[in-house]
Amino acid sequence: MKINCDVNVHHLTRVEGHGNIRITIRDGKLIEASWEVVETPRFFEAILVGKKWDNAPWICGRICGICSIGHTLASIRAIEQAFGIVPSRQTQRLRLLLKHMETLQSHILHLYFLAAPDFLNEGSVFPLIGSHPDVVLRAMRLKKLANDLCDLIGGRRLHPTTTVVGGFTMLPDKKILAGFKERLSAAVDDLMETARLFKTFQIPDFSRETEFVSLKGVDAYPFIGGDLMSSDGVLKNESQYRQMTNEYTVPQSTSKWSRLSRGSFAVGALARLNNNFGLLHPMARDIASDFGLGPVSHNPFMNNIAQLVEAFHVAGESISLIDELIDTCWEAPRQPVAPREGRGVGAVEVPRGTLYHCYDFDETGHIIKCDCVIPTGQNHANIQHDLSALSARYASEGMKDRDLELLAEMLVRSYDPCISCSVH
Amino acid sequence: MAAARSFLGVPVYKPRVAFFELSSCEGCQLQLLNNEDTLPDFLSLVEVVNFREAMTGGTDDYEIAFVEGSVTRGDEIERLREVRGKAKTLVALGSCACFGGVNQLKNRFDPDWVKKEVYGDRQVESERAKPLEDIVTVDLRILGCPINKKEVEGIMVNLAIGKEIKTPKYPVCMECKANGNTCLFDLGEPCLGPITRAGCNSCCPNGRAGCWGCRGPAEDGNLAQMTVIMERYGFSKETIIDRLECFGGFSDYASQLRTIKLKNSS
Repeated sequence: MKINCDVNVHHLTRVEGHGNIRITIRDGKLIEASWEVVETPRFFEAILVGKKWDNAPWICGRICGICSIGHTLASIRAIEQAFGIVPSRQTQRLRLLLKHMETLQSHILHLYFLAAPDFLNEGSVFPLIGSHPDVVLRAMRLKKLANDLCDLIGGRRLHPTTTVVGGFTMLPDKKILAGFKERLSAAVDDLMETARLFKTFQIPDFSRETEFVSLKGVDAYPFIGGDLMSSDGVLKNESQYRQMTNEYTVPQSTSKWSRLSRGSFAVGALARLNNNFGLLHPMARDIASDFGLGPVSHNPFMNNIAQLVEAFHVAGESISLIDELIDTCWEAPRQPVAPREGRGVGAVEVPRGTLYHCYDFDETGHIIKCDCVIPTGQNHANIQHDLSALSARYASEGMKDRDLELLAEMLVRSYDPCISCSVH
Repeated sequence: MAAARSFLGVPVYKPRVAFFELSSCEGCQLQLLNNEDTLPDFLSLVEVVNFREAMTGGTDDYEIAFVEGSVTRGDEIERLREVRGKAKTLVALGSCACFGGVNQLKNRFDPDWVKKEVYGDRQVESERAKPLEDIVTVDLRILGCPINKKEVEGIMVNLAIGKEIKTPKYPVCMECKANGNTCLFDLGEPCLGPITRAGCNSCCPNGRAGCWGCRGPAEDGNLAQMTVIMERYGFSKETIIDRLECFGGFSDYASQLRTIKLKNSS
């Protein structure tokens, strides 16, 4: 059957920020599919100009309400790179644990609150409180654990307070930290239940050959700093990030777009997993095999499952991190900072992909130039290409109207886009 | 879902509430979902009819509207006026909605330079970042960057049962002292605790990070004396201005303090 249909989604729901989907199908053929970002810019890169270095992590964390910890850590890393500060092992481990809990919190939020309602045929998580209370309570337990540990290390779950250039303003109480080991072990059981739930969901079988970009792990699955890689074989060091992101402006979006070897590339959980599969926690690898997920998967809907796999990874690794930290004799929480002229880049794997902050400083440590490249910004072009391919394929098979609209919405949601962050 | 609530034996009316966001990080709305312990209770108190970040299929029939973010574009002015027209009570949620938040830092610069710095030659529509009350009447302000979830819940209960809502008149310093913290000035950290409105339980100073004034001025705060004291502790004027101008609650005073013209300013 040759179908005609128009899909017009204004301000897509259950994503962070404002984006629109438009699809036009005539006689079963795709005329147009477009992913438009209409978010208002907030101009963080201009705001920072002239500010002293210590303002940057505090202000830049406010780019995003979901991954404020990742932004704060990327900002701090950029400054430390510029000033030649190497954080102590204690600081590195605490930052990684904090980062892991943000990843867990964000992935759980996305899996249960934003993605699951589509598979359970509901508009939001709210009706599930009545119909599936065990599911909602489990989601709450997992999210609360992650957020509570963020409070302990970062001072606050959202817009952290203790994270500063050189280390932390204050260190966590070791007894309280030790108590989280038990809760993390219990969380693994909750994650097993989560995996069982997601096993019951029908993940759309759609693939489009894609280039995947992420940090390159050496002896551990990468999160904070290191070399950059793409699945097409591009390898760059952190300071060459601009050759990886190649940002440009487009009329349909207030967010910039990116490209590398092809018309677009993807970052995020699936990209990290595709590029660093062997470095995942064994428990996480087992879950991935259960879902038939391994490198290189080109199905964007599998990003949901990659997030689930990463949730296992961060939970498992966090237990070891706590073991190491409670055996550490605390050193001073922070190192002294001596500003100097130069540029620093901080690349951090945040829940939605590789985030870069880059600052140029004058000799007094004031910012001359600021550049932030956001994961969702790097994904927009890929979402656009996926959306065109998805619409063309399913329309040719006769799918239309609400079914096509829902599938297109689910595609965009799979990327877990953080739109206001991408525009910043 | 938890049972319907009653207060003094009278069933509590469940107001229909909606959440909207303008220019913001959407973190304040997220703080509501970050209340894992009490979210089901919270949801039993109100009927959420519109919350785009978390639900599909909202309606425009609401009584209380929470609006996060500041106003920076023409379409946001229209959306805000529309919400104001429909809501009995309009609540400004967080520092961006109350004072312009970090977004208003761009107002220090020439708007054309700001656009060019970020977008080069691509045309972008953006106005001065403004708090909601510059455009519409605001009935209630919930302060903070981000909002403090405990405080919001207290306010929600009072809204639902029709009790008067009071925000502390005293400064963060009072809460900080009550929490037994060492004064940050003695630790060499700048802090706006003495002049910033309390209600956050001195969240930042509890972690030995100085206050940046995200909740705006406490009543009768002596800003001039605060500056004198901070200078006496050895903090530079630049550091004092950085703190005062960050979230918009003190930005007028901060610009008065600035004696050297900012590069790229209008």
